[in-house]
Amino acid sequence: MSEKVLMKGNEAIGEAAIRSGCRHFFGYPITPQTELSAYMAKKMPKIGGVFLQAESEVAAINMVYGAAGAGARVMTSSSSPGISLKAEGISYIAGADLPCVIVDIVRGGPGLGGIQPAQSDYFQATKGGGHGDYHLIVFAPNSVQEIVSLTADAFNKADEYRVPVMILGDGTLGQMMEPVDFDSVPEAINTDKDWATVGTGLKREHNIINSLYLSPEELEKTIIERQNRYNIIMENEQRYEAHDIEDADIIVTAYGTTSRVVESAVKTVRAEGLKVGVIRPITLWPFPTKIFKEAAKTAKAFLSVEMSMGQMVEDVKLAVEGQAPVHFFGRTGGVIPTPQEVADEIRKIAGGLK
Amino acid sequence: MMDTRLNIFCGHYGSGKTEVALNYAIKLAKQGKKVTIADMDIVNPYFRTADAEKILNEYGIELIASEFANSNLDMPTVPHELKKVFCDKDRTIIFDVGGDDDGAYVLGQYYSYFKDEEYSMTLVVSTKRPMTQTVEDLYEMARNIEYASRLKFTDIANNTNVGSLTDEDTLMSDYDVISGLSKKLNIPVTRQCGVPKALQKLGEEFNKFPMQIYIKMPWEG
Repeated sequence: MSEKVLMKGNEAIGEAAIRSGCRHFFGYPITPQTELSAYMAKKMPKIGGVFLQAESEVAAINMVYGAAGAGARVMTSSSSPGISLKAEGISYIAGADLPCVIVDIVRGGPGLGGIQPAQSDYFQATKGGGHGDYHLIVFAPNSVQEIVSLTADAFNKADEYRVPVMILGDGTLGQMMEPVDFDSVPEAINTDKDWATVGTGLKREHNIINSLYLSPEELEKTIIERQNRYNIIMENEQRYEAHDIEDADIIVTAYGTTSRVVESAVKTVRAEGLKVGVIRPITLWPFPTKIFKEAAKTAKAFLSVEMSMGQMVEDVKLAVEGQAPVHFFGRTGGVIPTPQEVADEIRKIAGGLK
Repeated sequence: MMDTRLNIFCGHYGSGKTEVALNYAIKLAKQGKKVTIADMDIVNPYFRTADAEKILNEYGIELIASEFANSNLDMPTVPHELKKVFCDKDRTIIFDVGGDDDGAYVLGQYYSYFKDEEYSMTLVVSTKRPMTQTVEDLYEMARNIEYASRLKFTDIANNTNVGSLTDEDTLMSDYDVISGLSKKLNIPVTRQCGVPKALQKLGEEFNKFPMQIYIKMPWEG
């Protein structure tokens, strides 16, 4: 499939996962993510893979736990309320140091909320969701083409660091169609999964997949070892896209669908002569703090635009370390900010600078 | 293209049914016809006919859509007022149906009306969508839709496209598949869809159906 095809974001995740060697998918349908499950349901039987619609999200994530423990490249997907249900299992998987990929196509919350797009699960994705000292690597694509490459990277990073990786999209990204090709899908890395429970062949000791530790000292030791791995991830895996930051008075930041709106707004205000740059975080954890620290040396103000009441803005503030004021603009509950609203907000901040 | 009062558009998810249906509705309205467009999509939560309400109003086209369309409620319902379209014979009706056989099941309940009145049911095809790229896959999908809807396709609209990157080469890239499908289903290709710029270089032998894109992305102002 070297030529371009037109795909929904949800379908592109499925195809990219298959091309990355994922042959196990456990899910439970929920709007606006269902096309991914539907794609896997149609494709997996044709390629000798497993698609299983579980009886609940709780069951699906525990099937992922099992398959990951056996060393399989495995994925599950859901949307906000479903991720809340999976949270316990995600914590167990992180606690057992298992690689897997979890897709969250976010919709409005809290509670049942609604089915329209949102980014109000940033905290849930980057700061826990489940219990305990753990992190997920969180990728936030902003186009269907980027979904393809980040899905492949997600499987690779999961294997490399033995951590669960989340692909955080919003309903718009999942539902929209864009031309896409699979020419540049990153190759699947091969890690020696000598920890997997695939049978001893009577040649070695049993491998044990577990997150229960009877002695506090032993548990602390595993947590610290894991934290050391997190520190390496924070150092090496920060990703972002940035432009026009060198001479910018104002840095606007947004991820996912909102970044597309921001680009449209920034184009408008730059044409009016405002010096505005953009930082788009691609990894939400680890948050790309280095580029924000760099930009804060010269920028006079930051603006975080989100489909939430203000979540990522907290990480921006931590990264900017008080070097410049950090503003926030957001719509929520399934409402997407318009380019006009964002442009007005930038103009307002620019007016205050003079 | 047949000149029927009842015009149904079916096909794979994302084949462009909604855009084709909108363009046809507007074309008929411009000819002075009284047009109703029925958004019968019970599958797709976003990007649907109801998004084009403003432009439909401009052309005086009546929109019948689920009261839950584009709301926060995931409710696969058919609007209760839909049955009136089978009674008010002054109006031309465009049915925009959800993707695949999943979406087409909704038509089955109106069989008693369709069997008594001539209708057209157009298979909208884009070979640039996954899982509908071969004659065999498309044929199977078409037959599944016919089974679900209890209706028969009458014609094909070739809407092969890759969104904004579409050019004349894209339109024609799999024409052998389209022709093969037309032969196998024994129905004609009545529309060659595309934006005017892409259609320009095509020969007169194609039934060109110039389209405008009405459903926009949130960042497309």
